[in-house]
Amino acid sequence: MLEISNLHAQIDDTQILKGLDLSIKPGEIHAIMGPNGSGKSTLAKVLAGDEAYEVTDGSVTYEGKDLLDMAPEERACEGLFLAFQYPVEIPGVNNTYFLKAALNAIRAHHDEEELDAYEFLALVKEKMALLEMDKSFKSRPVNVGFSGGEKKRNEILQLTVLNPKMAVLDETDSGLDVDALRTVAKGVNSLRDENHSFLVITHYQRLLDYIVPDFVHIMVDGKIARTGDKSLALEVEDKGYTTTQPSAAP
Amino acid sequence: MESRHTMRREPSRTTALPLKLLGLWAVICHKRQSSDGLTGKRTARVLYSWYWPFALGNGCILSRDTIKQDPIVDDVLDATYKYGFVTDVDAESAPPGLNEDIVRFISAKKNEPEFLLEWRLKAFEKWKKMTAPQWAKVSYPEIDYQEICYYSAPKSMEDRPQSLDEVDPKLLETYEKLGIPLAERAALAGVAVDAVFDSVSVATTFKDQLKDVGVIFCSISEAVREHPELVKKYLGSVVPATDNFFTALNSAVFSDGSFVYIPKGVRCPMELSTYFRINAANTGQFERTLIVADEGSYVSYLEGCTAPMRDENQLHAAVVELVALGDAEIKYSTVQNWYPGDENGVGGIYNFVTKRGACRGDNSKISWTQVETGSAITWKYPSVILQGDNSIGEFYSVAVTANYQQADTGTKMVHIGKNTKSTIISKGIAAGHGDQSYRGLVRVQKGAEGARNYTQCDSLLLGDRCGAHTFPYIEVMNSTAQVEHEASTSKVSEDQLFYCRQRGISEEDAISMIVNGFCKEVFRELPMEFAVEAQKLLSVSLEGAVG
Ligand SMILES: Nc1ncnc2c1ncn2[C@@H]1O[C@H](COP(=O)(O)OP(=O)(O)O)[C@@H](O)[C@H]1O
Ligand SMILES: [Mg+2]
Repeated sequence: MLEISNLHAQIDDTQILKGLDLSIKPGEIHAIMGPNGSGKSTLAKVLAGDEAYEVTDGSVTYEGKDLLDMAPEERACEGLFLAFQYPVEIPGVNNTYFLKAALNAIRAHHDEEELDAYEFLALVKEKMALLEMDKSFKSRPVNVGFSGGEKKRNEILQLTVLNPKMAVLDETDSGLDVDALRTVAKGVNSLRDENHSFLVITHYQRLLDYIVPDFVHIMVDGKIARTGDKSLALEVEDKGYTTTQPSAAP
Repeated sequence: MESRHTMRREPSRTTALPLKLLGLWAVICHKRQSSDGLTGKRTARVLYSWYWPFALGNGCILSRDTIKQDPIVDDVLDATYKYGFVTDVDAESAPPGLNEDIVRFISAKKNEPEFLLEWRLKAFEKWKKMTAPQWAKVSYPEIDYQEICYYSAPKSMEDRPQSLDEVDPKLLETYEKLGIPLAERAALAGVAVDAVFDSVSVATTFKDQLKDVGVIFCSISEAVREHPELVKKYLGSVVPATDNFFTALNSAVFSDGSFVYIPKGVRCPMELSTYFRINAANTGQFERTLIVADEGSYVSYLEGCTAPMRDENQLHAAVVELVALGDAEIKYSTVQNWYPGDENGVGGIYNFVTKRGACRGDNSKISWTQVETGSAITWKYPSVILQGDNSIGEFYSVAVTANYQQADTGTKMVHIGKNTKSTIISKGIAAGHGDQSYRGLVRVQKGAEGARNYTQCDSLLLGDRCGAHTFPYIEVMNSTAQVEHEASTSKVSEDQLFYCRQRGISEEDAISMIVNGFCKEVFRELPMEFAVEAQKLLSVSLEGAVG
């Protein structure tokens, strides 16, 4: 599904990713943990195609294609989704309208008919119910005036409506209380099957109680320092990142 | 008085200055105005000396087949100015230059009665002594008025065709190409069109149907001949001939334009519209529009304009006067898409226009809605004089300046009658090296008990080489008045665009979506077909604006 090899990336001449390797197969859930500033969000944005970052070495293959060669919207249309750590506000643009534009852009890319208003609203209604979101989200401008938790929930609403094959979640759990965490996890788990892969970036192992990963990676200084299973997350939570020993690449 | 907003990530709002402060502000404004050469308070009759820049820039509109398509997306990839072609017609033109003989020539061409010739000559005498205003925040090389041609008309229009069959097919084709079929069977249902080509009106559709309900809709030249009493009564009654440099020029040499009269109690059964087309080179267009809504009547009027692409700048100096009598309502919408010049700022229309409406009677209402996407320079301030008690003035504006376009635009709301209300919603979008200013005056006269104004003035910047400025002038002479001013400046950020693209939406579509969202309060004031066209125009104007 996603094959990252020796990835180096920089921003404003500062090297952030320093030879990162990661391989995600269809249906797998991978978690990345790591101290602040280790480059987790950088990885997420490089995967999504943020042009502020420059890839200086390495490669990323997505479903056999060179991901780094694709424009951000092309990556999105091919099923790569990023739930942003800090979702952006777009004043004046209605949340539902935005979601519909996104869904129809992706459908058009696959030569599929646009959903008509009725089908689309039914879909949104179903997903909003799943995520226990208030109806008012439909008519408000994208993320404008949303609380931190509401923004994260809105990201997951987009995730469930757009139904991507490869989703990257960047600290979606930060700032959520336990109830919200559970709802968000419910949204993610509703998509989980052999065709959907996830890369979940988090600080806290508690999210991983709800979204149970197949692999846990520890990222330090722009590289994967250790890889293990769910128990690694518990260990890190217990002992902190500093005591984790570097291990051979998985 | 300029408040140049700093660019912020998110719009910020400064709300409702307390009235006391406003009073002080008014004083400052006054001072500032006089030092700017702006005539602040003149006489009780309220003569304004605000002029309009001249640039070519009115919107293309009413294309039948495009209306059915997706409003926003389709034209985005086709960024060139679509209306830049030239029609090859045999034209009769006056030699370049302006003198008394030219004024007489134009008047004679139009078989005008003596009173009008005298009116023109008087304006011309005054104009000779006037100078072009300097206070607007636009810059352009000095215009040599002796180099411009003041009259150009297709020869085929010489003997005034009586029906569409007699009109030169080339002219009809031109409008067809612009998406304005003039044959009534093909025309847009519910919209009557007056088509003005350079200095003459080519045709006016649905005239007979309108006549049945007593509505007069014809070219101003025809009105002068057929309804001289109405013209004499109202022409220059809202915008005096010598109001400013450009109105004096227009009054001396105006060639054509539209005339509308809605009789008492009549609700005009269709939208009326004028489509202005500049074709001839080195020719200025000086149109004159006069709309009179008699007591208790209603009319919605639309205006659109385009011009060929040329390297030379061309002058468009129009005057529009609206008169609303008691309980009457006029809704005036403009989509201005004159040729804006190329991406290096070469060519384009100088659009210096004076538009003003008078709410003469009690409970009358005048509403201006404008979408200004074209022109190299736009200088216009559609205004309302609220004379009647309880009268209402509205101004809804979207102005776009991309590449090297400049716009200094806004409005004036003058409250004279009691309980008069005005609303100003201005949305400015600057991209590329575009520069634009909102300039607005709200004046509450002494007797305007209970007057209320609400002004909202928002700017959106795309890229970091463009500029947006706000010049609000507020003069309150009655303590019962409520005046509210809000302003914001925001920027379309790379983060927003990346967010949209990450969801599968292309950059062009993302910009369209954000810009249309920004403008929606204005768009919803436009008649349906116009709103759709306006959205598309915005997309085209802003093509390539970022990145
Ligand atoms: N524009 C920038 N210029 C230089 N350094 C940056 C820039 N943006 C982020 N960084 C640095 O990159 C490093 C990685 O950031 P980030 O990927 O956000 O880490 P994480 O998500 O793991 O907390 C941090 O040390 C941060 O300070
Ligand atoms: Mg981060």
